[in-house]
Amino acid sequence: MRRAALWTVVIAALLIFGAARLPFEKSLEAAHREAGLRSAALNIELREQIGQLAYAAALSGFRSLVAAFLWIEAHTAWEQTAWGRMAGLFQSVTGLQPRSLVYWDLASWHMAWNASIAARDNPKEPSEFLRRRAEREYHEIGRDFLQRGIDNNPDAYLLRERMGIMLRDKFSDHCGAADAFAAAAERPEAPPYVKRLAAYELSQCEGREREAYERLRAIYLLGEDERLPRVITLINELEEKLDIPPSDRLAPAERD
Amino acid sequence: MIRRTTAIAAVTWTELVRLKVFYFLVIFALLIIGNSFFLARFSFEEEFQMLKDIALGAMSIFSSLLAILATATLLPKDMEDRTIYTILAKPVSRVEYLLGKLAGVFLLLTLAVLLMGAVFAVVLTLRTQTLLHQASVEMAGLPAGELQTALEKIRSAGRDPNLLAGGAVILVKSWLLAAMTMFISTFATSTIFTTITAFAVYFIGHLQATAREYWQAADGTGFFSKSALAVVALIFPDLQAFNLVDDIVTGAAIPPAIFWKTLALGAGYIAVYTALAAAVFHHKEL
Repeated sequence: MRRAALWTVVIAALLIFGAARLPFEKSLEAAHREAGLRSAALNIELREQIGQLAYAAALSGFRSLVAAFLWIEAHTAWEQTAWGRMAGLFQSVTGLQPRSLVYWDLASWHMAWNASIAARDNPKEPSEFLRRRAEREYHEIGRDFLQRGIDNNPDAYLLRERMGIMLRDKFSDHCGAADAFAAAAERPEAPPYVKRLAAYELSQCEGREREAYERLRAIYLLGEDERLPRVITLINELEEKLDIPPSDRLAPAERD
Repeated sequence: MIRRTTAIAAVTWTELVRLKVFYFLVIFALLIIGNSFFLARFSFEEEFQMLKDIALGAMSIFSSLLAILATATLLPKDMEDRTIYTILAKPVSRVEYLLGKLAGVFLLLTLAVLLMGAVFAVVLTLRTQTLLHQASVEMAGLPAGELQTALEKIRSAGRDPNLLAGGAVILVKSWLLAAMTMFISTFATSTIFTTITAFAVYFIGHLQATAREYWQAADGTGFFSKSALAVVALIFPDLQAFNLVDDIVTGAAIPPAIFWKTLALGAGYIAVYTALAAAVFHHKEL
């Protein structure tokens, strides 16, 4: 066969194979995405964050490897208490591995707990107002990490539970915390204590005491294992507060 | 035919082993073991996450490099040494020769991935056992139920059957790259040309899915852009389809149907590239 004819056949074969595999590849890609595979979208913003070389490596199938090395770099930044640099590196890592709960969880924890406290106690900043403002900003950054983690992993209970803890401990937002815990409790694999945490926070949410009482009551009625001292104490307090008739009250033995 | 192909595969395997390609395994082992010591400073969730990230990423890098570099040298080396003429002067067809060469590379890649997987499994198991021991000692005062929950959390972080599926996909991807590189080397003029072209296809292959998406999107892209995107989508392999370990390490599972479909796609690519390599090599002037 002449060279030109051979190459015509080869190129035609490649094109025919390409056309034949196209629907298969499209359906496979859709199936991959549905199964939570091939989930990260590598965009221009990420390229600016991680640099050209790391971006090329991420595009070439080494996303997890790049993320791991950036995380180690962030750990070094933590040891140097370079909080701003850490936040930037966390943005890159979570952008590269948006399905990794560990990265979202720890990034938010570092920001909302470690960085915020460091900012609050910053000896180089004499202004109390500015230190408090910096502390609040790190709380917001931590919350933002968790929120984006939840958006990327809607079925995972862990980040919603962490959001509840953050709203409770860092924002004193008991109503928000209760909703976050309740949303976490609805997710598969959520441990039973998350449901209790939701009810505990709801009991401190102004105007939703009745709802909190109903939830605590339902938990109490689940059985002996759920009748923890705090559940009983809160039920008793809410019964008093809501003026529940004595005949309808629960757990009378523990009241004294 | 099978006997002759097997003989060539065995010789190819021996040649590649003599090139001391397995030295990379030492680097891999050092990387994993060294990292596991460094990562001991992290929490166990972080440690396992990064150990998996680094190990599977390194497996992917080493197997891809090995597939391209080992295959790219085969035909030019045989031509330079003139052994190809001695082999083809015997009753060995060109197809048998090519299949034998490819089978030798496949064997090498299989062993390489298995060995890397074994190193990774040993390190992961050792770290899991160490952490379980530490946790048992540190949490000895906890109620039995809570202790068991904590230990089970460590066990499940260190044990993920989907990693095996990830390893299998890495292996198929490396075979695909070897078949593709063999196809390129049948018309290439030198090892350097083959290597550079194979790496270029490797990079483009990872963007093929994006090109396909833009090509098929009903937007206002011009005719020439659309045509260029169509060529990329039709000619180049979709290597992102085999790039699943990034998500497997985060806990995503590969359902069996998707796993087999992915392998079937890989088998299709390997078959087509091998057939095209055989067709070009059959008409090559030696």
